[in-house]
Amino acid sequence: MKRLRITLWVIVLLAAGLFGLFAYQLSQPKDDFVRSAMVGQPMPEFDLEPIVESRPGLSRADLADGQPKLLNVFASWCIPCAAEAPQLEALERSGATIVAVAIRDRPEDVERFLAAYGNPFARIGRDDISEVQLAIGSSGVPETFVIDGDGVITYQHIGDIRDSDVPMLLDELRKAGG
Amino acid sequence: MMRLVLALLAVFALAAPASAQDRLPPAPYAYTQLDDPALEAEARELMHTLRCLKCQSQSIADSDAPMAGDMRHQVRSRIASGESPEEVRNWLISRYGDYVSYEPRVSATTWPLFAIPVLLLLLAGGVLLRRIGKRRSTQGESA
Repeated sequence: MKRLRITLWVIVLLAAGLFGLFAYQLSQPKDDFVRSAMVGQPMPEFDLEPIVESRPGLSRADLADGQPKLLNVFASWCIPCAAEAPQLEALERSGATIVAVAIRDRPEDVERFLAAYGNPFARIGRDDISEVQLAIGSSGVPETFVIDGDGVITYQHIGDIRDSDVPMLLDELRKAGG
Repeated sequence: MMRLVLALLAVFALAAPASAQDRLPPAPYAYTQLDDPALEAEARELMHTLRCLKCQSQSIADSDAPMAGDMRHQVRSRIASGESPEEVRNWLISRYGDYVSYEPRVSATTWPLFAIPVLLLLLAGGVLLRRIGKRRSTQGESA
């Protein structure tokens, strides 16, 4: 009889623990980000045509030239991409080299976007079918990757770059050897 | 009343939604089947078990998001070039982690999900055997 009572209490405690776990998990903020599994991996082979006349296209070789870089994945139709433009400008002024991939975009739209929000990019590759985006594990726009001088991805920033993210990205760039 | 409703409807019809959507046509193989029906069937089966990253509770076969279309293009063109469905799945998993696949597989974090049912089954079997054994022996004594 006594053994049965102890067993029952153990069951009650287990159930309470389970509900406690549910309560804890439900109170945590939801994380919708799908992080790239390519951080720490070399950039895959790719070669993208330019999308505007004023900037050359982008290939893997351009990313493995010894200089660490920021790779911005953006699109003219993406509203947060316009919101992060001043922060990209600030990063460029602080000495960061920024290259970009334009996702599913038309030259005239990119031209208009750059005229309106500034052009901090050294190169812009044209990715009409999101192939480079999929190859580096990016799941949306905007995203910003830190690439070291050997062409290895060392960091992924998901979403628009806020003011507070600028020093952090410069720091990541420094860690990548900049 | 009717007039008011109509007026409201007109306002909503005129207001173009602020669309964060691109203006490019879909990728070649986003909505076009492969010529070989066997390969198309393989691609389609795989597409139903891959998660759309933009619309996270749909598969890329069910979603009209441009990114899902671009993922279908990758699946179809890779299968057309001779890759097996599992190779394509592994290619995506190496980009996005297990999250992109709806097909569960044993890994460092998921093995308890596979091990626990087996353990419970063994445990239940053990308890059952002991009980039956006990009943047999008591029956033997009373007979």
